[in-house]
Amino acid sequence: MESYLLATLTFAGIYALLALGLNVIWGMAGMINLGMAGFFALGAYASALTTTALGLPIAAGVAAAMALAALCGGALSRLTLNLRGDYLAIVTLGFGELIRLIAANEIWLTNGSDGIPGIPGPMRADLTPLQFNALSCALVLTAVAVVWVVAERLRRSPYGRVLRALRDDDVAAAVAGKSVRRFKVQAFALGAGVLGLAGAAYAHFTSYIAPDIFRPLLTIYIFLALTAGGTGNNAGAVLGAALVIAILEGSRFVEPMIPHLNGAQGAALREILIGGTLILVMRLRPQGILAERPPEPERAAQP
Amino acid sequence: MLVATGIARGFYGVQALTAADLTVERGTVTGLIGPNGAGKTTMFNCLSGVVPPEGGTVTFEGVDVTGWRPEAIAQAGLVRTFQIARGFPSLTVLESLLLHGDRQPGEGLGAALLGRGRARERALVARAEGVAERLNLTPVLHAMSTELSGGQKKLLEIGRALMGRPRLVLLDEPVAGVNPTLAIEIADRIAALRADGLTFLVVEHDMEIVKRLCDPVVVMAGGATLMQGSFADVVSDPRVQAAYLGTRVA
Repeated sequence: MESYLLATLTFAGIYALLALGLNVIWGMAGMINLGMAGFFALGAYASALTTTALGLPIAAGVAAAMALAALCGGALSRLTLNLRGDYLAIVTLGFGELIRLIAANEIWLTNGSDGIPGIPGPMRADLTPLQFNALSCALVLTAVAVVWVVAERLRRSPYGRVLRALRDDDVAAAVAGKSVRRFKVQAFALGAGVLGLAGAAYAHFTSYIAPDIFRPLLTIYIFLALTAGGTGNNAGAVLGAALVIAILEGSRFVEPMIPHLNGAQGAALREILIGGTLILVMRLRPQGILAERPPEPERAAQP
Repeated sequence: MLVATGIARGFYGVQALTAADLTVERGTVTGLIGPNGAGKTTMFNCLSGVVPPEGGTVTFEGVDVTGWRPEAIAQAGLVRTFQIARGFPSLTVLESLLLHGDRQPGEGLGAALLGRGRARERALVARAEGVAERLNLTPVLHAMSTELSGGQKKLLEIGRALMGRPRLVLLDEPVAGVNPTLAIEIADRIAALRADGLTFLVVEHDMEIVKRLCDPVVVMAGGATLMQGSFADVVSDPRVQAAYLGTRVA
């Protein structure tokens, strides 16, 4: 049971990383990214291949995951600079599916739909499963804390102010003298890097990845986490991620209590629960559980 | 100070500007008037880089800025406002002003993560408070910009333009939709800023305000410049009257 709880907490941490990464791109800078699962997959595959095929240490895999995801994020946002709203949503959704289809079909590289097994985890051989889960949990939660501090620092800085301004109106932000292109590409790359980090964490914790894990449904879960927690609010992103995991995992315990329910119906019930929660939050608190608030202003210098 | 010659721009076959010329002398409040559809807003968009012109040249302080990106033109000291106050709904009034502050190192990604730019931020806050003071915005400094009245939004537009240390401000209908008393107050504030050495180019439909504030006045009609002169010259010119009222079919 402890092992299960630690694993669940680790998954919650990975979801929190995804929500924090998405919050930089969508919450702070207002760029919709339905290809989130694609960046998650990029990170997972980059780290898995670096450590298995190339045999490099896990730290190198994580670095490669973040760098590749950030690079692809920056490139994608550079290509889609003039798209916004629905159009950007479609292109990013296509990007996510593209990555998944490459993973499924480029068998020489990714082993296709069989996936990559035996991805090393930190000190997995020397620890009991319980100890390994505890270590993974600690590592992932540390990563969440670091990313949270970085994102929060960014949000409170003049940089974060520019991101919020161009989320509201990018033409007016340009007229204010801000290079919309630089801010959009940087913010997208940074957020994508965090999504890549989450992918690497997933790969090394579960030791097995396959294209099916990176379906668009995951993107929807994370958008739900962020929307429910509070778009633009980093604490809200973490809270929302914890909430989504609580619903997904909690429903496992509720299912057996409901009579005449087969497995498929149970899974469907979980989706219904998630959808219902989103509707409820949107009705009662459209700004999310923790609303975004402007940061405290700096005090004026005495002349 | 600002010279635009032969500016042309079309949108999907509609030629909004054919050959518009315009000169703004330093230290003036130059008015830009003309009937609806004359191309005034398109002209503003071409001057500020929001829409690149298809023909002609824009020279600002002797530098050819034709086709520059809007942020580059703004950084060069040519700053504009928008006709419909385009606020930033999620920024407070103070933040909107600070956004327009120049040379903030904290807007670099690395510097922001290292927490740099705080000294600059404090200096900008002091300047923003000064700008707010001059524009009567001090009581609403910490309100969200969406909570302002129509007149306050117009004042905030001017305030934002001032924060960028501009040399020339393009004002797009600074008093549209504002009650007459406040309109005169806004005009007086613009006049006071001009006295401090700032130059303005103003698009405005309210002729009382144009008369009070603008000299010279440029008249546009049908995508081209009709004439330029003092307010009195312009209103007495038969071509201007024809442009506004239409010509009689002979």
